[in-house]
Amino acid sequence: MVHDPPTCPAPRSRVIDLYFMEHRAKVLDIAAFLDRLDRAQDDIGREDFRVRGLREAIAILLDGEGERARRVLDLFSDPTEGPLDSAAGMKGAYGVYPGSEP
Amino acid sequence: MTYIDPHIHMVSRTTDDYQRMAQAGCLAITEPAFWAGFDRSSPKGFFDYFRQLTESEPRRAAQFGIRHFTWLCINPKEAEDPGFAREVMSIIPEFLDRPNVLGIGEIGLNKNSRNELEIFEAHVEFAAQRGQLILVHTPHLEDKKKGTRLIMDAIRRHGRIDPGRVLIDHVEEHTVKMVLDAGFWAGMTLYPDTKCTPQRAADIFEVYGTERIWINSAGDWGISDPLAVPKCQVELRRRGHTEDLVRRVSLENPRTFLRQSAKFDVR
Ligand SMILES: [Zn+2]
Repeated sequence: MVHDPPTCPAPRSRVIDLYFMEHRAKVLDIAAFLDRLDRAQDDIGREDFRVRGLREAIAILLDGEGERARRVLDLFSDPTEGPLDSAAGMKGAYGVYPGSEP
Repeated sequence: MTYIDPHIHMVSRTTDDYQRMAQAGCLAITEPAFWAGFDRSSPKGFFDYFRQLTESEPRRAAQFGIRHFTWLCINPKEAEDPGFAREVMSIIPEFLDRPNVLGIGEIGLNKNSRNELEIFEAHVEFAAQRGQLILVHTPHLEDKKKGTRLIMDAIRRHGRIDPGRVLIDHVEEHTVKMVLDAGFWAGMTLYPDTKCTPQRAADIFEVYGTERIWINSAGDWGISDPLAVPKCQVELRRRGHTEDLVRRVSLENPRTFLRQSAKFDVR
């Protein structure tokens, strides 16, 4: 049976009890990562496209709209349509669509 | 509770993983052919790999009462050279009738290139001619959404593939809806960093329902967890989902899809 409307069976207080500590830690990890970037010597001269993607994703978390996970994934995704001419020498992915970078 | 892990690369795992999976309730696994982490130097490397998938892994699994099934293909990461890929494809027919081979997989795209797409389409035609089930790998990270679209378009263009006999794997929040809406089966892969966590998989069930969708560990040689499916069972239970729902997504749904091959006789 498909849920209609969509639901989480745990009430909000239980969801907070179950997951708060884990996500408190994750927010601190992001904060410390951004601090670490500030401290590191700048050998790039501009903001890395992945870090820019991360900052834009954080803005999505705070915009008060729903479907945050889907919208963050959409933000990180390659928006072009046709196939690439060649994948020679390419195996991996960056996590954020680089556009004309790197 | 028992479960099926319908996507795991046991050639990259140790025998004590089989033991721990059996202890956690694993009845059966299906193992798609994939990339070894390096490009094989000749099609003969695939001949040996297909022997491993159809001869030695079923024996290793049977020691722990786990049924082992497999899918054959050349994976998209090694499909950029179409001549090489077609040579590998030419050795698949001699393995196709082996008792644990369920179909063609995991085919798909990696960087969404023309050559990858050509070899994907060749596999789809191969499966159509032989009435085989299809298991599809979708690209990683930023390439996933575009690749999932290209894959679904190619299957639609083919015209003779029933989407109910195709499982599109590694869906996430931005691809699950389009896959299910088009009538395909969807797989969620539980990976620590790069795909779904057990928590997000549970969220996706809550939002998109539990019809035509399964979970798998895709455990391989990278950072991955062969016990991810039972961990997702625990996640669903601790939120208060019913045993019926847990059983449906981790046992009955995979069984329903896989039983479309007469060889999949797990009760
Ligand atoms: Zn895989």
